[in-house]
Amino acid sequence: MAVTQLIGARVQRREDPRLITGHGHFIEDHTLPGLTHLAVVRSPHPHARILGIDGAAARALPGVLAVLTAADFHKVLSGSMPVTPAFAPEKKYVPERFPIADHEVCFQGEPVAVVVATDRYLAADAADLVHVTYETLPAVVDPEQAMSAGSPLVHSDGPDNIGWDMTYAGGDIDAAFSRAEVVVRERILQQRLAPTAMETRGVMASYSPYGEQLSLWLSSQNPHFIRLFVSGAMGIPESRVRVVSPDVGGGFGSKISPYPEDYLVPAASKILGRPVRWIETRTESVMTTIHGRGQVFTAEAAALRDGTLLGLRLTQVLDLGAYHGTFGAFQACACLMSGGVYRWEAISARTVGVLTNKVPTDPYRGAGRPEGTHLCERMVDRMADELGMDPAELRRKNFAREFPFVNNFGLTYDSGNYDGTLDRALELSDYQGWRQRQAGARGEGRLVGIGLSTWVEICGFGPSAATAGATGGIALVESAQIRFLPSGSVAAYVGTHAHGQGHDTTFSQLVAETLGVPLEAVDLRHGDTAEGPAFGYGTYGSRSLSVGGMALYTASQEILAKARKLAAHLLEASPEDLEFTAGAFTVRGNPQARKTIQEVALASYGGGLPEGMEQGLEAVSHFDPPNFVWPFGAHVCVVEVDRETGAAEILSYTGVDDCGNVINPMIVEGQVQGGIAQSIAQALFEEVVYDEESGQLLTGTMLDYLVPTMNELPTPKLDRTVTPSPTNALGVKGIGEAGTIAASAAVINAVCDALRPLGIHHVDMPASPDRLWRLMQEAGR
Amino acid sequence: MGQTLRVTVNGEARSDEVEPRLLLVHYLRETCGLTGTHVGCDTSQCGACTVLLDGAAVKSCNMLALQADGAEITTIEGLAPEGGLHPLQTAFWENHGLQCGYCTPGFIMAAAALLAENHDPSDEEIGRGLEGNLCRCTGYVNIRKAVKAAAQAMREGAAAPIGG
Repeated sequence: MAVTQLIGARVQRREDPRLITGHGHFIEDHTLPGLTHLAVVRSPHPHARILGIDGAAARALPGVLAVLTAADFHKVLSGSMPVTPAFAPEKKYVPERFPIADHEVCFQGEPVAVVVATDRYLAADAADLVHVTYETLPAVVDPEQAMSAGSPLVHSDGPDNIGWDMTYAGGDIDAAFSRAEVVVRERILQQRLAPTAMETRGVMASYSPYGEQLSLWLSSQNPHFIRLFVSGAMGIPESRVRVVSPDVGGGFGSKISPYPEDYLVPAASKILGRPVRWIETRTESVMTTIHGRGQVFTAEAAALRDGTLLGLRLTQVLDLGAYHGTFGAFQACACLMSGGVYRWEAISARTVGVLTNKVPTDPYRGAGRPEGTHLCERMVDRMADELGMDPAELRRKNFAREFPFVNNFGLTYDSGNYDGTLDRALELSDYQGWRQRQAGARGEGRLVGIGLSTWVEICGFGPSAATAGATGGIALVESAQIRFLPSGSVAAYVGTHAHGQGHDTTFSQLVAETLGVPLEAVDLRHGDTAEGPAFGYGTYGSRSLSVGGMALYTASQEILAKARKLAAHLLEASPEDLEFTAGAFTVRGNPQARKTIQEVALASYGGGLPEGMEQGLEAVSHFDPPNFVWPFGAHVCVVEVDRETGAAEILSYTGVDDCGNVINPMIVEGQVQGGIAQSIAQALFEEVVYDEESGQLLTGTMLDYLVPTMNELPTPKLDRTVTPSPTNALGVKGIGEAGTIAASAAVINAVCDALRPLGIHHVDMPASPDRLWRLMQEAGR
Repeated sequence: MGQTLRVTVNGEARSDEVEPRLLLVHYLRETCGLTGTHVGCDTSQCGACTVLLDGAAVKSCNMLALQADGAEITTIEGLAPEGGLHPLQTAFWENHGLQCGYCTPGFIMAAAALLAENHDPSDEEIGRGLEGNLCRCTGYVNIRKAVKAAAQAMREGAAAPIGG
């Protein structure tokens, strides 16, 4: 599709005027008459039996309305929190999870009781006065220990701690290894990360027994799924539950799945007959909002001495936490994407999901794809090191070049040009120049390293054939409704929901351009289940444009088809004789015979319509993509490690990405910049740490959990190539996770390259000063 | 048990009975209804709650409302005259300096204090001035760009004074 006036334009965001003036409307900005405040009493132990809960002192405080425990909630909630079959269908053991513990707590922070009071400070005071008697039980926080025989059980009534154990076989791995001339092995850790949206979670609910109506406001990437889950648990017809997700202050995957509070807050509102609100504190967030990553990989790669890659054999031990995350098994897609952009004869990938006494893991920006990329790119660099080849050359030798490319697990990459992004990244980063400077620096004893990451991702979830089974029945298609009002203004409803991605702008550009109306005429609506089509599928997995945008596009086409018929009727011409340009239908050869689409819209509400035509100009469309989409790119990082302090400083960072056609390049660049920052943060700074002995969280505030400031991050040099996707009419892919998928491998490959003269071949994340300093001390001994 | 707090908020003199333990951020958000000031971390690392107190940037989640007695407070809502934009707000908009927008009011207020003291800050000075603010979306590239653009616009006299 050609770049036109609006598509491909750097349109300033429509979201911004309210956000820059303090008039955004986030969850905590919502209130209701008679609002009450809920605080959660949480387990201080990673594993314990609950012997008794005494709420008397709390109840005695004036203003405290209730102290509620599992016994109270069992009267209004039923069932277990959902776990989808995604990616690890052969689950062995899925512990039941009620939103609040009734006899046993299995992670620190698990809800035990809630307090509702007339004031938030009072609710917090009262929560401290609830006295819970525990008998502590043995706990395990290390996943490898948890999968060993004789480990403490995460759930005292469980058979073992194995959530799943399955192997994806992609080709004859033994045959591939039998031809190997070189084999490299590595153990690669993916530390647990806290997603750390700047806005924590929050829920407000108002239940009305009259007509049994529930309204729920929460900070969510996925309001329709929350409606489905909460209505089911509360036994309220889905049609009587309205979920509103207002401005969302960041998500990064942590606001996809349902949480205990999403059930407890509306249930408390039903029990008390009052509106109830709960806002998560930051410590609650680090302790109880899902964590990302949390894996131990062991891998071996086989190749011929000329650099031809043969086989990759790996095991992923995934730290599930105390329960399966709703979409937790999604991270097993690291296995399916472990081959990256290369041709391999065979890949064998075993994934083991292991329960531990910690908060569950679930998708976090990239979800499996950063891990798969990191693993693949580390192994390719290890191989280059072993072979004495330039890592760029080894990559080029093995790139997939014919598209569609079917990888070892049968996934079909739609389009790509891996040489194109690598060539441009090497040029833009001055790779050869840095190699020369590196040689000079090494001569001076300085530790300078250069790292590459040539990445590909699977995104745009996704085709019904692949996703209906993965979710347990609801295919991740997307829906949109477009409606012309008589005045010519256009209401566009989508089932995706933005939390910083600027959909209000991008989607409006798309609709305005397609329908030929001014941008100002389009009003984009999302985040409210009371509006638009019956169901929306949420924003995650870089799916919003390639699936939701396509639903808008197909709805636009349906509108244009109807408008053409009506315009022909009004102009007394044949529909085939009309041209549609710049928002108006004209009769070919007679430009005076003209009706704008807005004139046609007004006419559609009048009388005298063609035989059989219904009033109005609107369309609902569901888009089921025929395939996933496959963005890709090449990143280059240069670091210098300080021998004295162990600090790794990024000297240069370059990213060249390809997400197909682009609607708003300004927004795309912003997504890449932010994604790179988040991945550098994993590579160098962030880690959720639990004490191995006590199971206590040690990084419970932003003082301990190191989200980088402006001063720790580089300004990346960015560029794009454009390889349209053949999967959809817009030729678009996705960009929300790209930077996060790409960067950690580039940074760690650079760190390893820097330390190579010391005989250090692998570094785990975060490559913090103390970790690097220790490695250097050990290497020096 | 309330005590009387007298402050000027965005140019309006106020007198309110407040609990001694009420945090300034909750006073602004709930008593004054100015919800543009956000809470991000509770422990003073993230800066989402930054407001100007007698012209200085302070973290309003780590201060009691009563500690502001007698002060002039400016929040994001009062940075520009009603309906107008401060050069920093314009620059954040034009330079895509925000994504989810949750941290943005704090960044703009911290940057306003910085630019009041330093009309032409270098990258390093911007980094020092904003080291108490965290953004999870942008990677800070466009925030730095926005602050520089605002400084230039203000030097060129295109705007009202800070707090105006």
